[in-house]
Amino acid sequence: MPVAGTDRPDEELLTINMGPHHPATHGVLRLMVKLEGEVVRDCKPIIGYVHTGIEKTAEDKAYWKVIPVVERMDYLAYYFNAQTFCMAVEQLLGLEVPKRAQYLRVIHLELNRIASHLVWLGTSALDLGAISMFWYCFREREKVMDLFEQSSGQRMHTRYIQVGGVFEDVPAGWADKVRAFTREMPRRVDQYAALLDRNEIVLRRLRNVAVVDEQTLLGLGVTGPLLRAAGNPWDLRKAAPYSSYEDFDFKVPVGTVGDNYDRFKVRMYEMYESVKIVEQALEGLPEGPFITEDRKVALPPRHELGTSMEALIHHFKLVTEGFRVPPGEAYAPIESPRGELGAWVRSDGSAKPARVHMRDPSFVNLQALPYMAKDGYVADLIATLAMLDPILGGIDR
Amino acid sequence: MTPLAALDYYEPWWAQLAKSVVIFAVVLQMVPLVLMMERKLLGRMQARYGPNRVGPFGMVQPVADILKLLSKEQSRPHSSVGPLYALAPAISILTAVAALAIIPFGPVVDIFGTDVGLYGIDVDIGILYLFAFGAIAFYGLVLGGWASGSKYSFLGAMRAAAQLISYEVAMGLSLVGVIFTAGTLSLVEIVEAQKGMWYVVPQFVGFGIFLIAGFAETNRTPFDLPEADAELVQGYMTEYGAGRFALYYFAEYMNMIVISAIASTLFLGGWLLPFGIDPPGWVDPIVVLAKIFFFLFLFIWIRATLPRLRYDQLMSFGWKVLLPLATVNALVTAIVVVST
Repeated sequence: MPVAGTDRPDEELLTINMGPHHPATHGVLRLMVKLEGEVVRDCKPIIGYVHTGIEKTAEDKAYWKVIPVVERMDYLAYYFNAQTFCMAVEQLLGLEVPKRAQYLRVIHLELNRIASHLVWLGTSALDLGAISMFWYCFREREKVMDLFEQSSGQRMHTRYIQVGGVFEDVPAGWADKVRAFTREMPRRVDQYAALLDRNEIVLRRLRNVAVVDEQTLLGLGVTGPLLRAAGNPWDLRKAAPYSSYEDFDFKVPVGTVGDNYDRFKVRMYEMYESVKIVEQALEGLPEGPFITEDRKVALPPRHELGTSMEALIHHFKLVTEGFRVPPGEAYAPIESPRGELGAWVRSDGSAKPARVHMRDPSFVNLQALPYMAKDGYVADLIATLAMLDPILGGIDR
Repeated sequence: MTPLAALDYYEPWWAQLAKSVVIFAVVLQMVPLVLMMERKLLGRMQARYGPNRVGPFGMVQPVADILKLLSKEQSRPHSSVGPLYALAPAISILTAVAALAIIPFGPVVDIFGTDVGLYGIDVDIGILYLFAFGAIAFYGLVLGGWASGSKYSFLGAMRAAAQLISYEVAMGLSLVGVIFTAGTLSLVEIVEAQKGMWYVVPQFVGFGIFLIAGFAETNRTPFDLPEADAELVQGYMTEYGAGRFALYYFAEYMNMIVISAIASTLFLGGWLLPFGIDPPGWVDPIVVLAKIFFFLFLFIWIRATLPRLRYDQLMSFGWKVLLPLATVNALVTAIVVVST
C-alpha cells in the first residue's frame, strides 16, 4: 500500500507505539504513529486505558451522590463537571439558583479555569523542554488549591457545587485572599510570557505548526480554545450565558492563524480574562442565600433540625433517598477550560438518574490530533498534543 | 619517529603515574559534585529545594543514586545485540576520560625538586587529540542506540549521529581562529599565549560558536534531542538500566566537564588570572577548576531556562548559521594574523 501523499510503500515507514505510558502523552493515551524518518505520516490515538465507568456508576446513585463521581472525570476541571451536571438536574427540577450561589459558582469556575490552564501551561512547556515552567505554574496552582481548600475543605474534587446552589458560603476573609491572588496572577502570567513568548526557540517551535482551518475543526466538533485559536469566537459563556455570566465584562481571545502559537496565546489571555471575571464577581457578590430555599432539594439549615419536625423529615428523606426528579431529559452545556462540556441527564422520576452522559471536550477534540500532526515532525506531534490539552480521565470516563 | 609529546624536561615515570591518578581521581570526584550542583541549582531556580534528605544538606544524594544504580540487576531487551550493548557505554566513558589527559591545570612546577607539568600530557596536536576522541565518543551513542534493538533508542541514535557530526564541524572551525592566533596546537602553549589578553576578547565569535557547539556535543538543553525525554523517552539510552545507565550518565557529565575545561583553556586563559595577578603555582589548578565550574553553572542555568529545538531547526542552525559564521571567523582571523 502506498502512503498517501508519497510514492513510498507502507512498509518503509517506522511504526512506533507511543504510550500508554510515555512521558509526554498527558495520561494513558496511546498513539500509533507511522514515521518516515522524523516526519509523522499517520497518527492514530487509541483510548480506553482509564475507563472508569463513571457514567454507569452515576445511574446507581442518588442525584446528589452523583456529583462527586462526575467530578472525577475531567480531573483538572472538577468544578465544571459538577456545574454541568447540577445545571442539567436544575433544568429538570425547574429550580432557580440564588444569585449569590451563581456568583460563587462563577468565582470557583474561573479559579478552576486558571488552575487548569496552569497545569496545561506547565506540562506543555515541559514537553517543549522548558522544564522550569512546570514548577512556576504549579506554584501558582497551589495558591488556587489553597483557596479551594479554604472555601470547600478539599483541594481537588471539592464537591462544592450542589444541585440548587453551593455547599457552603465562603468563609470570612476568603474574599481578601482571592483578591490577593487576582492581584498577583496577571503579573505571574506576564512573567510566564516573558519566559516563553519572547523566546526565539519557543516561537519557532509553535508558530505555523499544526495549522488546521476553522471549517475542519467545526466539522470535527472541536470547541474551546482550539476552535477560538482558529478564529471562531465561540464561547458558551458569551454565546449562551449561564450562571450569570452575562453580568460580567470579559473578552473572548481569538487567534488568527490556528497554529500552536495561537492555541498557546488564547489560553494565556484566557487566564487574564478569568482573573477579571473573578474580580468582578467578588466585587458584585450579592447578599442572600447560597443555596435554594426549596427544602425538597437542599438540606435544611442545622438549627432548624432541633425545632422543626418538617425540617427533620426533609433532612431524613434527602439523606436516605435523595430528591426525586420529574421524568424528562435535559442537556446543559458550559464552557470548560477545554471546550463545550455538557451533561445530558435523563430522569425516570426516581431519585436516581436513568442515564447520565457527558459530552467531554477532550474526547471530541482528540479527533483533531491526526489532522494536526500529519506531515509534521514527531517533536511537533508532542507539542501539538500538549496544545490540544487532552485529559484522559475525561476522554475515557 | 617523533614523540607524541614533546617534553623539554625530564619527568620520572612515577610522576607521570601519580599525575594520571590524581587527575583521574579529582575529575571523577567532580562528577557527583556537578550532579549535586545541578540538582540543587535547578531546584533553587525552580522555586524548590532540590534533594535535602540524604546526608547533610542532601550532599550524599549522588552517591546514593550511583550506589543504587550499581546494585541493580543488569538487564537487556531480547532484541538487543549483546556485546555491543555492553560495549557502547564503555566507549562513551572511555573517550570522556581520555580527553581529560590533555587539559592543563598549570604550567611546569617544581615538586620536591622534580619538574612536573600540571597536566596529563602536553600533546603537540592537542586539539586534534580532543577531536579524535570526540569522534570516537559518537560510536558510544550510536552503537548503544542501535544495539538496544528498540525503536526509540534507534531514533535517538540517529539523531545523535547527525547532531554530533554536524556540530563537530562548526566546533572545529570555531577553534581555528584560536589556533591561528596562538600559532600552536598544544593546549599548554595556547594558554601561555594568552598572557596579556584572554582569547575570549579577540575571538568572541569563536567563543560563542564553541560554546553553542559544546552544548550540542554534550547533548545538553537546548540541544538535548538525542535524549529528548518528551518524544523519545530517553533516546539512545532508553533501554539501559543499572550500571550501564550510570556509565552513560557519568559520561554525559564528564563530557560537560571536559567541554568546560577546554573552553576555559582556549578562551578564558586556563590557569591565568586577569590584571597580571601572578599567584604561586599551587593556586593554578584551583583557578582552572573555578573556571570549569563557571561554565558548568552556565550549562545548568541554560538547562533551567531554554526549551528544546526541533530536529530540523537544529540541523539548519548548525549548517546554515554556525558553520558559515565559524568559516568567516576563521578567514577574518587569518587575514588579521597575516597582516600584523
